[in-house]
Amino acid sequence: MDPLEIARWQFGITTVYHFVMVPLTLGLGMLLAYMQIRWVRTGDERWLRMTKFWGKLYLINFIMGVATGLVQEFQFGMAWSEYSRFVGDVFGAPLAMEGLLAFFVESTFLGLWIFGWGRLPKRLHLATLCIAVAGSVVSAYFIVVANSWMQHPVGVDLVDGRPVMTDVWAVLTNNTALVAYAHTLLGAVAVGAAFLVGISWYHLWQRRRAGIDTVDARGRVVVGEEPSIRGRDRTDHGVWLSGLRIGAVVAILGFGGVAITGDAQAKLMFDQQPLKMAAAEAACHDGTGFSVLAVGPLGGKDCDLVVNVIEIPGLLSFLAHGDFDTDVKGVNTLIPEYEKAYGTALPDDPKYGARAGQTIDYLPVMEVTYWGFRLMIGFGILAAGAAVLALWLTRKGTVPRSKPLMWAAVASILAPFAANITGWVFTEMGRQPFVVVPNPNASGTDGVFMFTAAAVSPGVSGGEIVFSLVALGLVYGVLLAVETVLLVRFVRGGVAAAMPDVGAPRDHDPDDQDTPDPDGADDVLAFAY
Amino acid sequence: MDTLPTIWFIAIAVLWTGYLLLEGFDLGVGMLLLTGTRKDEERRLMLNTIGPVWDGNEVWLITAGAATFAAFPLWYSSLFSALYLPLTVVLLSLIFRAVAIEYRGKGHTDRWRRWWDRALGLGSFGAAFGVGAALGLTTTGLPLDANGDRVGGAFAWLTPYAVLGGLAVVGFCLVHASTFLALKTTGPVRERARRLVVRWSPLALLPIVAWVLVIQFRSGTVATWALVVVAAAAAIGGWLSARAGREGLAFAGIALFLVAGTASIFAAVYPVVLPSTLDGAWDLTVATAASGEYTLGVMSVVACIGLPLVLLYQGWTYWVFRKRIGTGQLPPQHRVMPAAATRPAPVPQRTRR
Repeated sequence: MDPLEIARWQFGITTVYHFVMVPLTLGLGMLLAYMQIRWVRTGDERWLRMTKFWGKLYLINFIMGVATGLVQEFQFGMAWSEYSRFVGDVFGAPLAMEGLLAFFVESTFLGLWIFGWGRLPKRLHLATLCIAVAGSVVSAYFIVVANSWMQHPVGVDLVDGRPVMTDVWAVLTNNTALVAYAHTLLGAVAVGAAFLVGISWYHLWQRRRAGIDTVDARGRVVVGEEPSIRGRDRTDHGVWLSGLRIGAVVAILGFGGVAITGDAQAKLMFDQQPLKMAAAEAACHDGTGFSVLAVGPLGGKDCDLVVNVIEIPGLLSFLAHGDFDTDVKGVNTLIPEYEKAYGTALPDDPKYGARAGQTIDYLPVMEVTYWGFRLMIGFGILAAGAAVLALWLTRKGTVPRSKPLMWAAVASILAPFAANITGWVFTEMGRQPFVVVPNPNASGTDGVFMFTAAAVSPGVSGGEIVFSLVALGLVYGVLLAVETVLLVRFVRGGVAAAMPDVGAPRDHDPDDQDTPDPDGADDVLAFAY
Repeated sequence: MDTLPTIWFIAIAVLWTGYLLLEGFDLGVGMLLLTGTRKDEERRLMLNTIGPVWDGNEVWLITAGAATFAAFPLWYSSLFSALYLPLTVVLLSLIFRAVAIEYRGKGHTDRWRRWWDRALGLGSFGAAFGVGAALGLTTTGLPLDANGDRVGGAFAWLTPYAVLGGLAVVGFCLVHASTFLALKTTGPVRERARRLVVRWSPLALLPIVAWVLVIQFRSGTVATWALVVVAAAAAIGGWLSARAGREGLAFAGIALFLVAGTASIFAAVYPVVLPSTLDGAWDLTVATAASGEYTLGVMSVVACIGLPLVLLYQGWTYWVFRKRIGTGQLPPQHRVMPAAATRPAPVPQRTRR
């Protein structure tokens, strides 16, 4: 068993899995902070309920991100020790900064927020959430900085065969990182927003199905209440309608931002990693057209076998250069350039072990890059379209009674997740065979690149990595099922799942106090695990 | 010449000590769930003593790992790849523990809670043992070749020192958690925790004492032996305080024991960060494993801003949650029911839209 292949699968699987949880944490966290800000400013019960309900789902998901994030950090040393030795001088720094400046903040203040209900003054309690969310947003920045350095190394000199950091600002303001960060963050916002839309839709639909909300002759909602179901009062309608409409608006804005930043990122990538973009196009020859649908064996280099069924003339040039007639280099032009610059075979160096002398295949797996790129865009458009449709259909204050439409709304939660995943799979597999992609522009970084084949831990056996892959895979599978079950249970429970006393008259509301009771030692805690 | 690497060696030692000091009681409380009590309410109480803080405490481990990566990449990569299997167990354990803490109270059957209690207890044990083994081995050595890669197969790390380090941290966590529970709870849990400290701490601290002594006999100096004396005095003082019912002092004593003990270990092994048991020339040292001056300088600035802030706001967290809690203060656990009609919905009105 080749440790390299298994280690790659492991990194891919654990990263994709981690990045299912992370965008939801990021996106929902920002929306959650907005809800609590609204509650503190207006005192409107609706916003309190929203904060409690979405906060519960946020935490169920957050913990999975925490639990699986640790695997990512350890994995560099465990499975990719040669990589870690090579890049440690520059790559470890953003990870350590993330821990010291962001993750500590996020974890500590989130603990304060969870247990701070009723114990901290209202505004201070709000501040703990905002600080925690800011921590996660900053944390994402440092991680993207680290990843972008692998995509486009800057700020280093090659000393004794290893990159040594000379300019931390160049690393932190790497143009690849800034664009990728904006793209990633907005993608996460779209995930959180779609989550709001789908789940709010479900509850509005439940209210209509139970006959609580009806519509008048002009199609406008008539809000009702149902005392036999906990939490199904008039405020409840506002909770879901606000959630839906905020989610839809934010999803549309998020998608707009994703498109703009994605375009900027593509233009950078045509320059920084031309082969990745050529592979995204399955483009053998130089050309100007963007392929919408290609059939044939994409992986082959024989261009005549790949037939572009639908092609938009000029669009590729526009994506790459902003005009319609500049040729964009195809795979068959680029591969000889790469072979000339970085060799045709892995050097005869002990760090390549048995892999020394192997022919280097500069072409990424084209089926993955071609379809990954298109699916990313397609799922993004799908999510944005769903949000627009949701806004239109709810313009009169509630959702249609249609059950298939409700299921479609719930299913549309998955679209931005899928766009995030396919996007990352595209960009990570598109940089192969490099783990650190050579920077074609800067002079100081000559020679700063690394083949994935050289990165794996030489001392670790295939069996060990198989063991961890199987164990992690099983645990991840079980936990995904558990998380889903819990999320579904709390979603179906509605506000009452997160606020057992919802709707009950509260003569002593700990959340409404500005100063907690100093003698509250014997009081029942507002929250406990 | 090696000023910055030495400062970063101290910083890493501080991060590991901080991890053991803070996560020590989290992991210990987790393990005590397995044996500490048969009452669900009491297990819930124990869990809630660490509820607000455990996640922040775990970040000390993440930061210790990342800081080692940034400041001593060769140490990080050699240690982590050599310990592939035990660190896999640590990761799985920490995953189970984290998820168990969050999910335990979100089901409504006893079976659900028992399973998560087991996950929490075994996860805490696995994490404590694995981290202990890793620390034990980085201070005593691994069979590494000139490149820093492990020789001798997947289990080459499994030496008596690995077991000793593992038991050392497990034993310490149990004692530390008992003094912590005695300090943070009221009622039977408090009484039982106090008795645990008095009865079992001499035995449970034996492995960590043995680890400290092994290191001292290998490479101790007068200064490090002085630290050992401080640690011993603190442990004895802590134990006597526990016997006298002075819970705050007992906790402080055990905490000081840990700080002085780990300080004596790190000071004694300096400047070697990871010895090779095959050839002393292949030892990774503060000088050979470190990043460049520039990187260390940048990281020093970051740490000088970040660490004091961490201490400040984590300290504030402990202040906010300083009160003891008892089972009577736990809010009732409610069952999550679907917010759907409990009786048939009225006949749908055929208003089409």
